[in-house]
Amino acid sequence: MFENFDFDTIWRTAPYLFKEGMTFTLTLTAMATVGGVVFGTLLAMMRLSAFKWLAMVATCYVNLMRSLPLLLVIFWFYFLVPYLGAWVIGSSTPIQVGAFWSCVITFTMFEAAYFCEIMRAGIQSISRGQTAAGYALGMNYWQVMGKVILPQAFRNMIPILLTQTIVLFQDTSLVYVLSVTDFLGAASKVAQRDGRLVEMYMFAAVVYFVICFTASKLTKHLQQRVAIIR
Amino acid sequence: MNYNWNWKIFWEQSPDGQGTYLATMISGLYWTLGTALLAWIIAFTLGSVIGVIRTTDSKWGVRLGNAYVEIFRNVPLLVQLFLWYFVLPEALPESLGDAMKQIAPPWGSFIPAVLCLGFFTSARVAEQVRAGIQSLPRGQRMAATALGLRGAPTYRYVLLPIAYRVVLPPMTSEFMNIIKNSSVALTIGLLEITGRARSMQEFSFQVFEAFTAATVLYLMISVVVVFGMRWVEKHVAVPGFSGPVQNAGH
Repeated sequence: MFENFDFDTIWRTAPYLFKEGMTFTLTLTAMATVGGVVFGTLLAMMRLSAFKWLAMVATCYVNLMRSLPLLLVIFWFYFLVPYLGAWVIGSSTPIQVGAFWSCVITFTMFEAAYFCEIMRAGIQSISRGQTAAGYALGMNYWQVMGKVILPQAFRNMIPILLTQTIVLFQDTSLVYVLSVTDFLGAASKVAQRDGRLVEMYMFAAVVYFVICFTASKLTKHLQQRVAIIR
Repeated sequence: MNYNWNWKIFWEQSPDGQGTYLATMISGLYWTLGTALLAWIIAFTLGSVIGVIRTTDSKWGVRLGNAYVEIFRNVPLLVQLFLWYFVLPEALPESLGDAMKQIAPPWGSFIPAVLCLGFFTSARVAEQVRAGIQSLPRGQRMAATALGLRGAPTYRYVLLPIAYRVVLPPMTSEFMNIIKNSSVALTIGLLEITGRARSMQEFSFQVFEAFTAATVLYLMISVVVVFGMRWVEKHVAVPGFSGPVQNAGH
């Protein structure tokens, strides 16, 4: 069974896996989380907006993204972004977008739909009296949102936002289909080059498990601390 | 945008010999549904058993159940799929492993995909079932004991019927997830909806038509599932009882 399990391949290629692959994975996760939370919060504000058409546009977008598989969305954006970019800058030929930025845009747009639902729940968890109080003090919509509602909504939702980030971290492995060198992509390249599929995929699984397990335990810990404070 | 739209492409013959591109896409729909439904049977059965074990008094049962859920939840689906497809045949005894590698093309990737999705989702179902059972008032279990039930019948006749109703909404989204996640199987060569759209794009160069077709198919599935589950929810509702989970929040 594992009598010829080759630890040496793992040790030899680990620096490459982490330096090339894990850096890509972590950068993508971080950028998509920040972008996704910002865009998702805007979507949530749109969904809760008094302007019916604004709410409808956001709802349609969120429902569309949530009924499609991430893989299909990755392919969509991979081919669509060059055309969209050309349209934005008025160029007649599709522009060149690197795989990295294509991935960042895809994950930002896709995860925004999921972050939107979290932030919507967060905003709705703040009592309406607070909004009314803000307006009574003479604040406008952006001041009420930015200074009263959103800071509290964020704090209430931090554990769920972090959980979603862990899901996002796992989902970034799907950029494998664009032959990008993320952590899994790097492992898979080595696996195929050296014919060491068993070692590399087992190693990738263990690394992902350790990171996600630790992160989810920390999130749980944080959740309990937040719960005690309130 | 100078992209040559050509919607008539769907009536042209596809090179895979299955008829038109439209027919190819529809057959992708069947593969997606077949994979998802079979995997759902595994996920639901296994998930229910593990979810129930995690609510029992057995210390080791709970620990094993927790470990099971953590393992399947903390490894990305794609990595799990590669473990099933590439690593499992090597890890098994040689004769069995070779037999697995020699399964004819569609089934050779279909079987690992179903097993992978089934086990992956079973951990999520187990989590929902556990949460559903634990959300019930303690009195329910006590009432079952008072009626003379113990062990499995307590779950079968008292706890599970209500717990399943409570977790119906999250179960619906798990079911949607298993359909969406089946697209990951294209990486091991299963030609489900996304895989078909991808190969149609490669053969015909009509990128956006192919992905639009896939998008429409997924939206159709999602509409059917949402309305279907709404019907089920109405059908199984116990008059005067609405689950604690639905009441949570606002």
